[in-house]
Amino acid sequence: MSQLLVQERDIVIPGEALAEGLDYLPGENAYREENKIYSKVLGLVSLANRVIKLTPLSGPYIPREGDKIIGCVFDITMSGWRIDTGTAYPAMLNVKDSTNRFVRRNEDLSKILSVGDYLVVKIVQVTSQRLIDVVMKEPGLYKLTDGRIIKIHNQKVPRVIGKQGSMITLIKDKTGCSITVGQNGLIWMKGTPEAELLAEKAIRLIEKKSHEDGLTDKVSLFLDENKVNENGL
Amino acid sequence: MIVNKYLIMDLAAQNKRIDGRDLTSYRTPIRIDLDISKTAEGSSRVQVGDTVVMAGVKLSIEKPYNDTPDEGGITVNAELTPMSNPDFETGPPGINAVELARVTDRGIREAKAIDLKKLCIAPGEKAWFVMIDIVTINDAGNLFDASGLAALAALKAAKFPVFDKETGVIDYKKKTKESLPMLKEPLPVTVHKINGCLLLDPILQEEKSSEARLTVTSDMDGTISALQKGGDEPLTMDEISRMIDIALEKANFLRKELNKVI
Amino acid sequence: MKMVYKKRLDGRKFNELREMEAQAGVIPNADGSARFVIGKTQALVAVYGPREVHPKFLQNPKRGILRCYYSMMPFSGSGERIRPGTSRRAQEISMVMNKALEPVVDLSEFPNSAVDVFVQLPQTDAGTRCAAISAASIALADAGIPMKDMVSAVAVGEVDGTVLADLNYDEEAYDGVVSDIPVAMTHNSKEITLLQMDGEVSKEQLMKALEMAKEATEKVYEVQMKALKEKFRTQEK
Repeated sequence: MSQLLVQERDIVIPGEALAEGLDYLPGENAYREENKIYSKVLGLVSLANRVIKLTPLSGPYIPREGDKIIGCVFDITMSGWRIDTGTAYPAMLNVKDSTNRFVRRNEDLSKILSVGDYLVVKIVQVTSQRLIDVVMKEPGLYKLTDGRIIKIHNQKVPRVIGKQGSMITLIKDKTGCSITVGQNGLIWMKGTPEAELLAEKAIRLIEKKSHEDGLTDKVSLFLDENKVNENGL
Repeated sequence: MIVNKYLIMDLAAQNKRIDGRDLTSYRTPIRIDLDISKTAEGSSRVQVGDTVVMAGVKLSIEKPYNDTPDEGGITVNAELTPMSNPDFETGPPGINAVELARVTDRGIREAKAIDLKKLCIAPGEKAWFVMIDIVTINDAGNLFDASGLAALAALKAAKFPVFDKETGVIDYKKKTKESLPMLKEPLPVTVHKINGCLLLDPILQEEKSSEARLTVTSDMDGTISALQKGGDEPLTMDEISRMIDIALEKANFLRKELNKVI
Repeated sequence: MKMVYKKRLDGRKFNELREMEAQAGVIPNADGSARFVIGKTQALVAVYGPREVHPKFLQNPKRGILRCYYSMMPFSGSGERIRPGTSRRAQEISMVMNKALEPVVDLSEFPNSAVDVFVQLPQTDAGTRCAAISAASIALADAGIPMKDMVSAVAVGEVDGTVLADLNYDEEAYDGVVSDIPVAMTHNSKEITLLQMDGEVSKEQLMKALEMAKEATEKVYEVQMKALKEKFRTQEK
């Protein structure tokens, strides 16, 4: 006799029993032992038909092919640059993947991208040993200049972006900032210092209240109440 | 760690900060909790913004130093724990921990904050020795000021343990109502220079962008008991003078916060 | 076996633990953190990782490694100041802590990385390694590290014939026949991941103590679960 022991959106801790019996299947971050399914992380229960999966409430960013991330150049090699992704795994950006123009063989790579530069790149390959290859040669991928970079928990990124980008568009509109969100939790924003600070605060608010309903309205209200006037905040 | 160094320097040139604060405003909350460790003779937990530091006082009876036979002693030790900052390593205190400990130590010692003569039990033979240990819990910038505040709070909160004069045994499990003989309340304030702008209570990013810093420990009447210049860049005399003015004023502000609690 | 120790020094029942409390997410810089208090023993834990391993020769290409560092603050002992720096006792506790947590932690998704667990105790009154392990479990879960189960720990033992749970300092130091048995158990299978013994005990009494440990660690588990769920509950409406 199968029995579900939890409900959708329940918070469960590692090892907590989710279901009994063989009718249910363990999805992401869940596992089966004998007759029961258990959680493997601190997370939110998510049910899809008979598959029980957990959305972690915290935890490291897992690099995936196709993800757009923001990273920082920390080393220059013979063939390109090594990028700090904010995880245990650095990424490699090859010269040939960084620009469309022809780069001469002896060209000083530090003149193209130097240590400390922040870049928006796309992950194209992740090996089993977590070696990461990124590219910067497509539209929407570039070196970031000016503005400020902040880091949030990568699990909150979907909330910060919102359904079809609704949340991030709201923040952009109300602060006048350009904003780019990396899947690894790094976010770049550029506007007046006061506008950037307001955008940052709005994003921190989302991070803190990510479980709450009506978050878009709350953020909208927050942005209106703290609107930047000509004299700054 | 993300350091928006160029932005911080640009903003500094406009007398602005990355978190929107005034140049001479401490973060909030400033929270001081006492007696957080009952095994210590005195202890405190100080929070400035997200920076959290604990301090504990332990007393022991030792033979006085030869050159000061009628005085007790005081030593400050600091640990920059790897728990508090991902860049801190395990192992014995590095130079930064040593600097923090020694600057805090000098501030208290040179101010004669504790009446060392009153710590004497039998001249040449026995005196109380005060050990202050600072342990960082979360480093979000400005450990110097938080540590100085924590050390002083722990000293003020400290009580002598019960001591049997005849057997010479200390019962650490029982505390008397007697406090340490405190004479002064010196506090360090560290002022930083970024792109020509003077500011205090830096967050981590600002510390990493700082060109020079001056820690000034002072007492209520403006007497300076310790100075420490750090950072790679030099300071002009005018900058030093202005930094000291800021530090003296802000030390009084911190003292008021401390006096709310003890 | 004659029971000479009939009433506990602090009046607790034989299987009663001291008052406990715990919070998760107390150190902002850390990836996960926790505070765990049992009686007068307090443990603070910060977890950093998965992160790059230094020195590199320590890394494991198959999975991440777990590293634990246990430290008592100089003012946390019941008598004199404890000289800072690692002692042999702290090294051993760091190691058994590691062994107590490794069976549940799954770092197969994080090759060549490390998860570092730092423990500091501001105040102690026996049961320190158990408090450290219980706090570390909370902190690892808080950091989102995949774990098959939680690990809960408590010291059981015997004082003059009486089997007890959660010995305090005075009981450990009691002038009689004492055994102090720190135990860590997983919640679901009740498997033992830490077992040590200080003192003298018969096999019979030992097995009774371990039986008591099952329910004692359950009580710790409840506190751990509460700490983790509460952190996120306060964020919910």
